[in-house]
Amino acid sequence: MKSDIILGGVGGQGILSIAAAIGLAALKNNLHLKQSEVHGMSQRGGDVQSHLRISSKPIASDLIPKGKADLIISVEPMEGLRYLPFLSNDGWLVTNITPFNNITDYPNIDDIMKQIKAFPNHIAIDADTIAKAAGSSRSSNIVMLGAASPFIDIPYEKLEEGIRQLFGKKGEELVNTNLKALKAGREFTEKNR
Amino acid sequence: MEKLLLLGDEAIAQGAIDGGMSGIYAYPGTPSTEIMEFVHGSKIAEELNIHRLWSTNEKTAMESALGMSYAGKRSMVCFKHVGLNVAADAFVNASITGVNGGVIVVSADDPSMHSSQNEQDSRFYAKFTLIPILEPSNQQEAYDMAYYGFELSEMLNVPVMLRITTRLAHSRAGVQRKDMKKQNQLRLPSDPRQFVLLPAIARKNYKKLLGMQPAMEVESEKSPFNQYIDGANKKLGIIAAGLAFNYLMENYDNGKNPNPILKLSQYPLPEKQVAKLYNECDSILVLEDGAPLIEEMLKGFLNLGKPIHGRLDGAVPRDGELNPNIVAKALGMEIHEGQDVPDVVKNRPPSLCQGCGHSDVFLALNEVLLEYGAGRVFSDIGCYTLAALPPYNSINSCVDMGASITMAIGAADAGLVPAVSVIGDSTFTHSGMTGLLDAVNKNSPITVIISDNSTTGMTGGQTSAAHGRIYDICKGIGVDPEHLKILTPLKKNHEENVKILREELSYNGLSVLIPTRECIQTFARRKRSEKGESNE
Repeated sequence: MKSDIILGGVGGQGILSIAAAIGLAALKNNLHLKQSEVHGMSQRGGDVQSHLRISSKPIASDLIPKGKADLIISVEPMEGLRYLPFLSNDGWLVTNITPFNNITDYPNIDDIMKQIKAFPNHIAIDADTIAKAAGSSRSSNIVMLGAASPFIDIPYEKLEEGIRQLFGKKGEELVNTNLKALKAGREFTEKNR
Repeated sequence: MEKLLLLGDEAIAQGAIDGGMSGIYAYPGTPSTEIMEFVHGSKIAEELNIHRLWSTNEKTAMESALGMSYAGKRSMVCFKHVGLNVAADAFVNASITGVNGGVIVVSADDPSMHSSQNEQDSRFYAKFTLIPILEPSNQQEAYDMAYYGFELSEMLNVPVMLRITTRLAHSRAGVQRKDMKKQNQLRLPSDPRQFVLLPAIARKNYKKLLGMQPAMEVESEKSPFNQYIDGANKKLGIIAAGLAFNYLMENYDNGKNPNPILKLSQYPLPEKQVAKLYNECDSILVLEDGAPLIEEMLKGFLNLGKPIHGRLDGAVPRDGELNPNIVAKALGMEIHEGQDVPDVVKNRPPSLCQGCGHSDVFLALNEVLLEYGAGRVFSDIGCYTLAALPPYNSINSCVDMGASITMAIGAADAGLVPAVSVIGDSTFTHSGMTGLLDAVNKNSPITVIISDNSTTGMTGGQTSAAHGRIYDICKGIGVDPEHLKILTPLKKNHEENVKILREELSYNGLSVLIPTRECIQTFARRKRSEKGESNE
């Protein structure tokens, strides 16, 4: 198997927690993994991305070639579109619909949604509202992971284990909130794909 | 042992810890920062009492590392590529002194300038200093090279450069650890004058360094990091240095290469292997992340030999980092990109955080400067450099650490009065203090604003070398206390701060203002950890 995933968002939105959860799950499945991150200047409110590659075979490049990604997970609607050149023809775009507006020329959200909906394989999810309903607005990234989970070639239980490990130190309550968030995201995709 | 999931930076740190390092010296700078941070977080490093405090700048770091080497122990020094410029005096001379305990100099280059003001290639420094370079292609090699680099350094009697680039520094993969080596015992150099670079001794040492070159080449020839991988199609031979090897292999399904490849990760260049590739193939493609160092060497000034392709003939773009697509193009392969980025997508440059103290400083400064006209603000390297962008558009220079004060001096000397410097607290202690002494000595008509957020913000909030002591330092350097003031950059103090700035800008001499307010990021992190909550 192989899953080449691009995570997109804005510096400070915490996309690396999604990457960490998938990474831990991949390790539990004895898969090879490479994950390229953006540190430094862009973390101050700029666009940030992470290339996450999981495979049963050794992985060469830390970067995903253009046109080869299986999945884009974006925690912000405009940011998902930024990485379309990386997505393969049958790849999926899974994106949050809540804009993060920290620039003066942020486009009209309707124009963004039109572009997202024009893309055949897309899931557009209101992760913030769903996260709140699941118990914590701060777990919206895990809702996004849940929404993307049907497109990642890792058993769902392994993702759950990854979340347990990621949040385990911070208490059972936080683990359960995030497991609920993961499930809610997954159910949304199952209903809407 | 179970594999660890480590960034390239972290793999270097773990490799150095396991390789018997006694001390690490560094100044934060993207993409090198996480090496030291990993050692800070390491329980083993704590148990072994490995020295791991941040240095004031890269030069003090390099010198301290050399001092530890003098005393017989193994040391590592880490910085970003432009940090090597700061450390260069010590770095270059360290190849003449040689080492006692092994020294690894990690220089993290940033091709494509993700977080830097240039994309200089550190390998050139190592080349003219005549020392070996280790350039990992993956995280495991990063670990192995740090682990093995100390021995190489001790065997060859020179510091060894470990050169990485941003992508490897900030990419994670599984790493297998090796058995831990013991640290060296305290042991003085056998020759008590080895480190005394008086001309007569330096000349002797330099000849020794020159004489050591064949031994370095032998090490490169037999290095496990360099690999000659044969291929049937001899029309083209490929040299792939460091990370470029991965981008190359990404383009071959199932890892099978049609052309002969020299995977290159240890320098000086292994002459025999390069010659074999050159002799057996009709032409050569050089893939290297950074400047065309190998390509130039192969090509020579007159370019009389076989065709050499790479950055110089346009097979690969002359600037910027490599990626799998660029390499595919150089191989003449077809690329199937996804859809274009829709026009609706706008650029999202980084910006000062909401509530950042620097922003209050610039809003006040902008207001006062309306009275003088634009074009007189010299700034520096740090978060506040972002004031070059809208909505502030406040600054007119960002060149190197400390240049804000000294460039303002020069501009004022030329008649641009008043000239303003804006520098952060960490950058001020890194390289601003000496410039301030210049300004004091000639009472330059400049206003220096040391925007003190009590941390090294841009790189993620490392200790600032003179936390809480900036005022005293300025006073000690000789700034007139009448024109040395601390402000609190908050919205509610705006009018008062504007008034003080106006007064000091109109003073025909040196003023130093120190707006002081903790970085909003470190503040928030501190509050969260006090409350013990986090979802990150």
